[in-house]
Amino acid sequence: MGIPFEDGNFSLFVRGFLGTIELSALSALFALLLGVVLAAFRVSPVPVLRTFGTTWVTVFRNTPLTLMFFAVTFVLPRLDVHISSFTAAVAALSIYTGSFVCEVLRAGINTVPLGQAEAARSLGMGFGQTLGLVVLPQAARAVIAPMGSVFIALPRNSAVAGAFNVFELFSVQKTLTEKGYDIFALFFWLALAYLVISFSVGAVFSALERRTAVVR
Amino acid sequence: MSTRSASVLYDVPGPRARMRYRLAGLLGVLGVVGLVWWVVTTLIDQGQFDGWLWDPFQYSAVQQRILDGVLATLKAFGLAAVGSLVLGALLAVGRLSDHRPVRAVCTAVVQFFRAMPLVIMIFALYQAVFTAQPMWGLVIGLTLYNGAVQAEVIRSGINAVPRGQSEAGYALGLRKTQVMSLVLVPQAVRTMLPAIIGQLVVTLKDTSLGYIITYPELLYAGKLIASNSDGYPYIPVVLVITPIYIAMCLALSGLAHWLESRGRRGANRRVAAAA
Repeated sequence: MGIPFEDGNFSLFVRGFLGTIELSALSALFALLLGVVLAAFRVSPVPVLRTFGTTWVTVFRNTPLTLMFFAVTFVLPRLDVHISSFTAAVAALSIYTGSFVCEVLRAGINTVPLGQAEAARSLGMGFGQTLGLVVLPQAARAVIAPMGSVFIALPRNSAVAGAFNVFELFSVQKTLTEKGYDIFALFFWLALAYLVISFSVGAVFSALERRTAVVR
Repeated sequence: MSTRSASVLYDVPGPRARMRYRLAGLLGVLGVVGLVWWVVTTLIDQGQFDGWLWDPFQYSAVQQRILDGVLATLKAFGLAAVGSLVLGALLAVGRLSDHRPVRAVCTAVVQFFRAMPLVIMIFALYQAVFTAQPMWGLVIGLTLYNGAVQAEVIRSGINAVPRGQSEAGYALGLRKTQVMSLVLVPQAVRTMLPAIIGQLVVTLKDTSLGYIITYPELLYAGKLIASNSDGYPYIPVVLVITPIYIAMCLALSGLAHWLESRGRRGANRRVAAAA
C-alpha cells in the first residue's frame, strides 16, 4: 500500500504511457494504410479482389482482438518467424483496426454523389484516378467522425498488448498491482492517462472535422 | 451491396477493359493462391499438419473442454448482454432526464466508462474484488463498458424518434415516464436494433479478455489444451477456435440483419396501413 508514485514508479508510469502512445500511433498508421487498400479492393471492378477484401474483413472483424494477440504471440514463433513482441502487437492491432477502417471508408465512398464519379470518368479517368483523385478525397470528409471513433478505440484496444509481453500502461498496472499498491489509486491514474489520450485524439478529429467542413 | 458501390466507380467494361480486369483478376488469384500456398507449405514444413499434433482433438476430455469453453463464453456473454442493455437503458434515460444533476452524473459515467480500456477495468475488478470469481470481474467490466456504449446508442435512437410522437403522448395526458417507456423507448429500440446487436457482437468478442484473468472461456480453454498437450499444438488450437468465434459472431450479426429486414418490412406495412 502507499502512494503509487514513490521510488521510481513515476518513470515506470511514463515509460508505459509512451509505450501505449508509440504502439497506438504506429498501429494507427498501418491500420489506415491497410484500410485504404482493403477499401479499394472492396470497390474495385475486379471480382477476385472484391471477394478477397470481403473475406478478409469478415474474418478479422469477427475475430476477438485477444485471439489475434494470442495468435501472433504463440503461432509466429512456431512458423520460424521471430519478431519482437512489439512488432507482433503492431501487426495484430493494425490488422484488427484495418478492417474497421475499411468498413468506415466504404460507407464514406457510398455517400459520394454518383455524379462525381461519372464526371471523372467522362473526363477519361481510370478506376485508380477516379478513386484516388475524386472519390476518396470527398469520402474522407464524410468519414472523419466515424473514423474518429475507430481511432479513439485504438489506444483502448492497445491495452490488450500489455497481456502479451509489450510494455505499456496495462503492464504498469500489472507490475504495480503485484507490488501491492492500492488498486483504486492506480486505476485513477491510469484512467487519467487514457482520458488524456482519448481526449487528444478526439480533439484532433473534431479540429479536422471543422477544418474540412463544407456546405453541401 | 458492393456491386452498388462498385457501379458508382466504373462503367460497364468494354472489350479492352474486360481484358484488363481479367488480367488483374488473374494476378489477384495468383497472389491469393501464392499467399495460401506459402502459409500451407510453411505449416507443413514446420510439421503443423502432422497427425499426432491434432490427436488431442479426438480425446473426449479435450472436446469437453472446448465445449465447456464455448458455454463459459456464452454464459459471460449472456450475463454481460443483459446487464449492459439494462444499464444502457437506465443511463440513456438518465442522460435525457429533466434534472440537471441526474443528467450530469449519467453523462460523466458514460464518458468515463467509454474512455477506459476494458482490460484495465476487468483486471482492477479482478484484483480488487473478484479474486476468487474471475467471471464476475469479466461480466461486470463488460457490463460497465458496453452499458455506457449502449446508452449512447439508445439515447441517439430516442432523439431520432420524431418529436410529434412524444408531443402526442403528452397531449394524451401521459406522464414523462409513460411517454418514455410506452412511446419513445419501444420505437428507439426498434430503429437502433442493428446498432445494439452490433455492439453485442463486440461484447461477445470481448469476453475473450477473460483469458487475461484466467476465466476459463474458449480462448483460455484453448491455451490450456495447447500447453498441456504433446508438442504444444498452438497452431491447431488457433485453427480450431478461430472459426468457432467467427461462427458465433456471424450468427449474431446474421440475427441483426434478419431483424433489420423484418423491422423494415413492419415499418413499410405500417406506413401502407396509414395511407
